[in-house]
Amino acid sequence: MVLSMFSFTSVFAATSTADHSKFKELDKNFSSAPEVTKACLTCHTEASKQIHKTKHWKWEFLNPENKQRLGKKNILNNFCITPQSNWAGCTACHIGYGWKDEKFDFTAEERVDCLVCHDTTGGYSKPPGKAGYPADYVKLKKVAQNVGKTSRDTCGACHFYGGGGDGVKHGDLDSSLAMPDADLDVHMDALGADFTCSTCHAGSGHDVVGSRYTPTAKNTEGYLMRGKPDRAKSATCRSCHDNNPHSGKHEKMNQHANKIACQTCHIPTIARGGVATKMTWDWSTAGKLTKEGKPLVKKDKSGHVVYHGKKGDFTYGANIPPEYTWFNGKVRYTTLDDEVKKKGEVTPINHFDGSPTDGKSRIWPVKVFRGMQPYDPVNKTLVVPHTVGKDDTAFWANFDWDKAITEGMKVAGRPFSGKVDFIKTQMSWPITHMVAPAENALGCEDCHSKNGRLQGIEGIYIPGRDSTEWLDKIGWTLAILSLLGVLMHGALRFFTRGKGGQ
Amino acid sequence: MAERIYIFKRFERFWHWSQAALIMFLMLTGFEIHGTYKIFGYEDATGYHTIAAWSLVTLWVFAVFWHFTTGEWKQYIPTMQKVDAMFKYYLTGIFTHAPHPFKQSVRRKHNPLQRLAYLFFWLVISPTIWFSGWFYLFYANWAEWGLDSLLSLEWVAFFHTFGAFMVLIFFIAHVYLATAGHTVMSHIKAMITGWEEVE
Repeated sequence: MVLSMFSFTSVFAATSTADHSKFKELDKNFSSAPEVTKACLTCHTEASKQIHKTKHWKWEFLNPENKQRLGKKNILNNFCITPQSNWAGCTACHIGYGWKDEKFDFTAEERVDCLVCHDTTGGYSKPPGKAGYPADYVKLKKVAQNVGKTSRDTCGACHFYGGGGDGVKHGDLDSSLAMPDADLDVHMDALGADFTCSTCHAGSGHDVVGSRYTPTAKNTEGYLMRGKPDRAKSATCRSCHDNNPHSGKHEKMNQHANKIACQTCHIPTIARGGVATKMTWDWSTAGKLTKEGKPLVKKDKSGHVVYHGKKGDFTYGANIPPEYTWFNGKVRYTTLDDEVKKKGEVTPINHFDGSPTDGKSRIWPVKVFRGMQPYDPVNKTLVVPHTVGKDDTAFWANFDWDKAITEGMKVAGRPFSGKVDFIKTQMSWPITHMVAPAENALGCEDCHSKNGRLQGIEGIYIPGRDSTEWLDKIGWTLAILSLLGVLMHGALRFFTRGKGGQ
Repeated sequence: MAERIYIFKRFERFWHWSQAALIMFLMLTGFEIHGTYKIFGYEDATGYHTIAAWSLVTLWVFAVFWHFTTGEWKQYIPTMQKVDAMFKYYLTGIFTHAPHPFKQSVRRKHNPLQRLAYLFFWLVISPTIWFSGWFYLFYANWAEWGLDSLLSLEWVAFFHTFGAFMVLIFFIAHVYLATAGHTVMSHIKAMITGWEEVE
């Protein structure tokens, strides 16, 4: 492994035409991270302007189809709920420096964090609470002089740890993908194809393709040829594999691909790399303290925190099958603008649209994360709790929901009735990473059977799973009656043999 | 004293037994695909079922050719004559050892009930199975052929299963009635050797 890392670095060094350690702009002791950015911008003059246009910077996304204003800045989830009013904690994963409140200057070029994506040393780190500034121990000069292309490590520094810890959020993204073997991810296999994230998420001008807000559920355009202008779908399987990748014995699978996402069969289980993913989170039990007044913490046998006084109860799953749903790429979020009801269906944080008949949907694997989170039963909205911080209103300091939500909603500019209750929510995460080698893909019977993977999928006839019950009942009854009839007839012939007649 | 007549030609016997084997195998794999039990596993059962189906199609191409070139198709021309006598024989006569109402000959090898049953097999059961089976097999091509809005897999599967139950019931009755000849084994021997003992 060490050897391969070494060879990777040397190959990398050989392909770059610039050795950043020879640049005089970088040969100095930087007093702050934005100064490094200024140095970068002396050559890469347009870099910050490019970053300023992206979701990585704005944390905001306007869904062109349903006009919902999304992005981390606006949406709520059922993990830590929202960065709003908790900026300094959450913006450790912002691609910038100093987003500690609503007054952050989104036009400041020197506030773009080049290093978090382009570090190759592993010596760069942004701890929570510093509003995106790196840790004090980071050797800025060394990191700056060794910048290079993005890697699984740099993307993973944030994306593996979403939701507050390793593997918590996605189910198909965790630290095991930093150096995966082929079984875990056949493309990222560190000793094989060794894909980085950007091999598939291949954008240009710092705009990374692949979106969770407007995903491509069914790419019908086949592989992406050189010269094709629209690279938006380059992160789909078919952009490399074309629409008919199966051959010989498996050719039938090409026909399945019209209704079933590649990921459904080729990602047999999620959280497969040894890192468990969080499956449920119940905020309603949060607030229990020890005698000393510290948050109570309980762990299970494998060392996972199953209760934390700051956060409530959790459950985990590792190497588990995902759930499946018809999905056409349209996602609708439940935002602070939407009314929620406690009775009836579980509130979807994000609703995946799709149907068997719209011609645009395929059956997709999803991780469904189920939660119980605070809401306002009078105004009937989800709420923004102020959790992070040492001030009197922060929930993680004082464990008072009323104060925390009053403050959170004030920051969000939303009304709050003062009443707090908890509501069941669920959030779906499309599963698309951790693609297994072909021989580990699901087999026919995993779906073509009773109680198989697709048991809950409606609107489609699956041989082996479905049948017309009354036809089966009548058919078998008549067949058994026929059998009994001939047996009785035969028995009667046997007992009347040699009697009467000739 | 029984006389012997040569009633089933070599091709006919080959056709009958290979068809019997294929149909039994198709039932075995078919009901597995239907989810009734597990023997080969869905993937293999589907593969075998498809191979057996195409084998049967091939066999039938030869059989149809044979029937028309030899004129043997006339054996299936239905008649209502003596149908009631056949029923009566199976319901009572067979137990009292009454004489068989039908005298078999090379020109009329099937009794009137057989004629009706086989004709029903050719004209009702087979088309149900084959048409539904083909649509099933070419499910992926429906859109291309413009059938997407006309067919649903659920109904195609329904008719295929319906056909399968008819085959199964036909099979049960057919196997049993094969023992209802001059002696218990006479029909079966005839289908193996070609020679039938008649009274």
